[in-house]
Amino acid sequence: MAKVVIMGGGVSGHTTATFLKKWVGDDHDVIVVTPNSQWNWIPSNIWVGVGEMKKKDVVFDLAPVYAKAGIDYRQAKAVSIHPEGKEASEKPFITIEYTEKGKEGQTEEVEYDYLVNATGPKLNFDATPGLGNGNGQLGPNTVSVCTADHAVHANEELEKIFEKAKTQKQKIVVGTGHGMCTCQGAAFEYIFNIEHEANKAGVRDNVDIQWISNESFIGDFGIGGLHIKRGMYAASSKLFAESLYAERGIKWTIGAHVSKVEKGKLEYEQLDGTTGEMEFDFAMLIPPFAGVGLKAYNKAGDDITGDLFNPAGFLKVDANYAAGAYENWKASDWPKTYQNPTYSNIFAVGIAFAPPHLISKPMSSPNGTPINPTPPRTGMPSGIIGKTVAHSIYDLLTKGEGAELHKASMAEMGAACVASAGKGLFTGTAAALTVYPVVPDFEKYPGLGRDLNYTFGEIGLAGHWIKHTLHHMFLWKAQLKPGWTLIPE
Amino acid sequence: MKQIEKNIKAYEDNFTTMVPTGFVKFFRTCVIWQAIRFIIINIKMLLVVRKSH
Repeated sequence: MAKVVIMGGGVSGHTTATFLKKWVGDDHDVIVVTPNSQWNWIPSNIWVGVGEMKKKDVVFDLAPVYAKAGIDYRQAKAVSIHPEGKEASEKPFITIEYTEKGKEGQTEEVEYDYLVNATGPKLNFDATPGLGNGNGQLGPNTVSVCTADHAVHANEELEKIFEKAKTQKQKIVVGTGHGMCTCQGAAFEYIFNIEHEANKAGVRDNVDIQWISNESFIGDFGIGGLHIKRGMYAASSKLFAESLYAERGIKWTIGAHVSKVEKGKLEYEQLDGTTGEMEFDFAMLIPPFAGVGLKAYNKAGDDITGDLFNPAGFLKVDANYAAGAYENWKASDWPKTYQNPTYSNIFAVGIAFAPPHLISKPMSSPNGTPINPTPPRTGMPSGIIGKTVAHSIYDLLTKGEGAELHKASMAEMGAACVASAGKGLFTGTAAALTVYPVVPDFEKYPGLGRDLNYTFGEIGLAGHWIKHTLHHMFLWKAQLKPGWTLIPE
Repeated sequence: MKQIEKNIKAYEDNFTTMVPTGFVKFFRTCVIWQAIRFIIINIKMLLVVRKSH
C-alpha cells in the first residue's frame, strides 16, 4: 500500500486528493496536510467583502468531507521535505506542525511514496512596508479579500465608509499592493462590486473610487491581456476594461508599484519613474504571492531548498527555466506534467508550481523597480492541473514507474472566468470570459497569440447568473455531494 | 447617456475609450435577452472546458 501525501487543501490540492482517493479506493492511502480546518470558495469572497454573502456561505468544514472520502486529514502545516529520507531510513518524508485545536505546535514526520505540493501562496503582505503588520499578516492600514476572514473584516470597514459617505466625501482605493502582484481579477471584481453597492446604498455621489494596479494596461490581468471578437473586430481587453471603468466613473492609475502604505495614504512608483502619493479612507490592496517557505533537506541533512524551489519559494517542475529574455519565450516553456526534475515522486500543482517566467511582458521603472503582473495559476487551470497530476499518480501506482504521465500545459488549455461587476438577481452584472490558451502561443496563433474562436467575453446579467451558479456548483463538487465528479474543473 | 455626461471629461484618461450607449446597457440587464445569452455563454464555456480537458 503506497502513501500519497498532498500538502495543501485548496482548489488544486483538494481536486488531486479527492479524485485520487476515489480512483485508488482502499488500495492506497491518500493523506492531506493542510493548516486550515475549512475549505474556502475564494472567488465568492468578494461578495462577502461587500456584505452580499456571509462567511458561512463560502466555507465548509473539511474534516467530515475527508472522513466521508476516506482521506487521512491532518490539520497541520508542512514545514520541510526530506526527499531522500534520513540516515536511519531511505523512506522520503515531510515534517508537519499541527495547527489543530488541542495539538497546536506538535510536530510529526509523515512518510510518502508520492508527494504533491499544493500549498498555494503565502500572502506576502510584508513585501510592501505598511501593507503587512511585520509578522506576515495583513496590517492595520488596508483590508484584503484574499481569505474569508479578511473579506468579513473588509465588509465591516466598508460599512463604516458607506455610513460616513452619507454626510461627507470618502475616497476608496482598490488594486494591487506591490509591483509584482497577481490576482488583478479579484481586485477588479471587488472595485466594481463596491461601486454597485455604493449605488444601492445611495452614497455613490459621495464616494470617489480609484483603481491602482501594476498592469501596464488595464485588462492585462497577468496574462498579457486578450483579444475578443466583437462587432466584427478583434478588440483588446484594454478597450473593454477601460470602457467599464469609464462607464462606472472609476479613475485609474496603472503601471504602479505601491512602495509604502500608511494610515490613509500610500506611495507609489510608476513605470515612467515618476512617484506619487494617494490618500484614501478605505483601501483594498492585493498582496504579492510567495511560496509558503517550505525547506528541503537531503539525506545528510544539508539544506537543498534552493535545488527544489525557485527563489520565490515555488517548487520547480518540468518547465524551461532558462528561456531568458521575453523575445525567447515560447509556449513550450510551460510545464506539462508538473513533476519535479530531480525527484520524480514529487509534483506541484496550482500556485505552488514555479512558472518558467511571466506571461505578461516584463517591465521595470528607470529606477530598476520591476512593475509587472506575475502569472495567475488559479481557478480552472489549477483544478485541471490538480486532476491531471491525480491521473498521473494513479497510473504510476497501478501501472508501475514506467507509466506515461498525463499532461496539462497552460499553453494548451483554456480558462473560463466570470468576473462579477455587481450582485443582484436582476440588477447584477458580470464579465464572462473565456481565453484559449491561457498562455499565448504566438507560434501557433501568430499576432494575437490566441484562438479567437475560443476566446470571447461579454458583460451582462447572464454572466452574474453564471457566477452565482458556479458558486453553488463548485461548493457542491468540493463537498463530494452526489454527482460531484460530473462537474468539470 | 446621462452617465456618460457625468463621468467623461475632455482629455482625461477616460475620454479616449469607448463607452456603452443606453441601448447596450438596456440589453445587459434585459431578462429575456440575457436568458438567451445565458444559454449561449454556457455553451461557449463548455466548448472551452471540453477543449481544455
